[in-house]
Formats: sequence, structure tokens, C-alpha cells
Amino acid sequence: MAVLHHVVSERKAEAAFYNEIIPAGDGWTYTLEPGQVLRIVDLEGNQAADTLFYDADNPADHYSAVNTIQRQGNVYLTTGSVLVSESGKELVKIVADTCGNHDTIGGACSAQSNTVRYSHDTLPMHNCRDTFMLQLSKNDPLFTKRDLAPNVNFFMNVPVTPDGGLTFADGVSAPGYYVEMQAVRRTLVLISNCPQLNNPCNAYNPTPIQLLVWDNY
Amino acid sequence: MTAISTKLIPAGGKWSGRISRGKSITFTAMEDGANISLLLYNAHDTAERYNMPDTLKAQYTAHLTKGNVLMSDNGRVLASIADDSLGWHDAISGYTSRNMIDARYGKTTYQEKRNDWYRSGEENFAVELFRNGLTTRDLVPVINLFSKIYCTEDGAMHFVSGHSKKGDTVTLRTEMDVLLILSNTPNPLDPSTSYPSVPVEVTITDAAPVQEDDFCLNHRPENRRAFENTWDHTLLTEGGVR
Repeated sequence: MAVLHHVVSERKAEAAFYNEIIPAGDGWTYTLEPGQVLRIVDLEGNQAADTLFYDADNPADHYSAVNTIQRQGNVYLTTGSVLVSESGKELVKIVADTCGNHDTIGGACSAQSNTVRYSHDTLPMHNCRDTFMLQLSKNDPLFTKRDLAPNVNFFMNVPVTPDGGLTFADGVSAPGYYVEMQAVRRTLVLISNCPQLNNPCNAYNPTPIQLLVWDNY
Repeated sequence: MTAISTKLIPAGGKWSGRISRGKSITFTAMEDGANISLLLYNAHDTAERYNMPDTLKAQYTAHLTKGNVLMSDNGRVLASIADDSLGWHDAISGYTSRNMIDARYGKTTYQEKRNDWYRSGEENFAVELFRNGLTTRDLVPVINLFSKIYCTEDGAMHFVSGHSKKGDTVTLRTEMDVLLILSNTPNPLDPSTSYPSVPVEVTITDAAPVQEDDFCLNHRPENRRAFENTWDHTLLTEGGVR
């Protein structure tokens, strides 16, 4: 069983200058200024918020899942984890987390990976990679599919077993659990609120997330 | 089978090249404790590349061995692991950066050490990507052949020293035309304080055609569906009969 580190935040929702609800299947891009804090709330529990980060001043430098876990010597993300880019720059740091365990090995669902994992007839189903691509296509015109590196799955429980297995376990998240991250530098955040209908990890029921942003204080 | 090509990748060395479908690529560790990092792309469309999460989650594994296939972000098989003397290759710990090499093994310069200076995976990959029209935007999680990293239940990553021995081999079989990029640089989690210096021999031969009873094809139903995606792609781009 994973070791969970629950760290509660002192920040009040009323003080956030940004507060929106993102339904399942929708995407979101936002540029955090240094010091700003983003909270992602799993409103109904066991949802996956597939998230990517870019150095906003050099969007060619994407989040690196393996640099991040190698640097901290641990495959799970929680409070204290510093998420770094491919070139090693610190992008955001997790400062609070009531879930206690987030995955960054399982990646995002795509039409193509759905055909492999489930069945060929899942090809037309909505998926995170399509949301990522739609969001990036509406953003900087220099973005292409090449910029889609492996992401973070906030609230997803994907245990790596000592014998090298990868399992998709029952969620450790619950309604209202949240994770908060503070920008170390100007960071572009890209979120797909996962629409997956084939995976029991969300009880086949994708649900909304809430996003709040605070200025540093 | 007679080798089409044999290359010796020295410690710190790098290599890149396009290899067509249906080839066997055998890596042989020339001493104990090898680690060679690799990246794979579709040779004709490098926006399609080896995808670590899709590969691992489809096969419910956090390490790679015989029977596993290396999947692209388009749900296709770039290469299969057709043979393996070791049972475990690392897919989750990435490559060494310049800062990491300098901090761990001491700063070296070409001026001072000439070609014995300590190379990093970061710079080797940057150069070989650039040589092929790509940039560090195209850097994604690598596969570290010959290395074992396991995780305890708390998620802590542990490097297993002494995992690979002189003479260990692993064989990839290309299922698409690929661009292969290699960097013979240390595993980032190797605690050794001296720069590992293990050459790796790479031998490329023609592979036997994939048969219905192929081990990799039948390893998991997910693998078969990824092969079916690959065969569809081959029919559309090259023609022929399935």
C-alpha cells in the first residue's frame, strides 16, 4: 500500500482570484506567474486530472516525468515534489495535497492507446490526447504534437510493485480532495480533465474538477 | 545469420541511424555493469515516437524484457524485445544531465582530457537529435538497457548494482522503419562514484518474419492489437497483402 502524505492548505477559496469548474472531457490552459498557487480539486472523487507543464518563457521545454521522479528518487508525486522540465528547470512545487499520492508514469489516454488497451472500436471515443492537442492548437502556433511529453495524473493511483509490475489500483482520492502547486517560474499549465469511460479507476464515471488560483501572499 | 552491421559503442559514445523494418538489433555488454540509453522514432515521421506510458500501461509493467513491445504514441509497435538474457531493463529513470555528470564524477573538459572526458546523456541526445533534424523538444523518457531499478512500496527507486554481466545480451526486432538514437552514458541512479566505462556492441541482422506463434505478438492481447495497428499502417504506406 502506498504511503500517503496528507498536507492541508491554509488558503481560503474566497481569496482566490480565479475559481472555475472544468467538466470532464474539457481542457484548460493557463500561465502561472512565479509565486502564484494553483489548486486542483477532485470534486466527486477518483477523477484524473491529466496535466502538463511548460516553461512559459521557452515553451519548447516541456515537463519531464522521468527527470522529476529521478531527481526525488521516488515515483510518486506529493507535497514537496518539485516538477522539473526536460532541461532540468524547476517549474512548480507541490505545496499542499490532501490526496497524498499522484501518478506520473501512466500518461494520458489517447484514441490509439485506447485501441491497444481496450478494443479497436474505442477509436472514436473522446480522450485526453485530443483535448491536449485541441488546447495546444489554440495556444502558441509553434506548438505541435512533439510537445506532448508524458504528463502528471493528479489523483490517479498507479502503484509500481517491487517486482516491476504496474497496476491501476482503486483510487486513493475522494470527493473534495485537492492538490496545490506553486509556480517557481512562469509556467504554462495544460490540463485535460480525463473523459475515460473504459477504465474502472474512475468507476466509469468521469466528473468535474475545480481550479483555483491565488496570488502569492 | 551474417551481421549486416556491427558497431562498438564505447563508454560515453553515441550513435544514431535509420533501421528498416524486419531487422534484429542485438546489444551485447562487453563488461559488467553496462547501461546504454535509447530513443526510438518512426523513421518517416519523427513526431511519432516511443511512448513510455503507453508502452508500460498497456503491458502492466514498469520494466522491460522479452515479450514486451515498444509502442509509439500512435498505438503501434516500433520494436519488439525478441530476446533477453537479463529479464529487466529500465524504463523510468531517464538519462544523465551534464550537471549530474559533473557533480558525481568530477568536472572534466575536452581541453584537459581529450576524448576521455565524461559525456552526458543530455548532450549526446541533443547532438544526435539535432543531426536528424530534431531538437530537445523531441526528448522523452529513454530506455536504459542493462539497468535495473525497482521501487519499494513507498515509491522509492532503487538501483541494483551488479545487475548486468559481461556478455549479457538483449535483442530488439524492428516492426517499423525506425530512427534509433543511442547514448552509452551512465544510468542517473547508478551510485558508483567512478564513471562507468563499459562498451556495448550492437549487431544488426535480418530478422525472421513474425509468425502467428510469435512470443511478443502473443505476450498480451494488447500487444496483438498494437501489432494489428502496425500492420494496417504498413499496408497503407507500403502496400502489400496482410
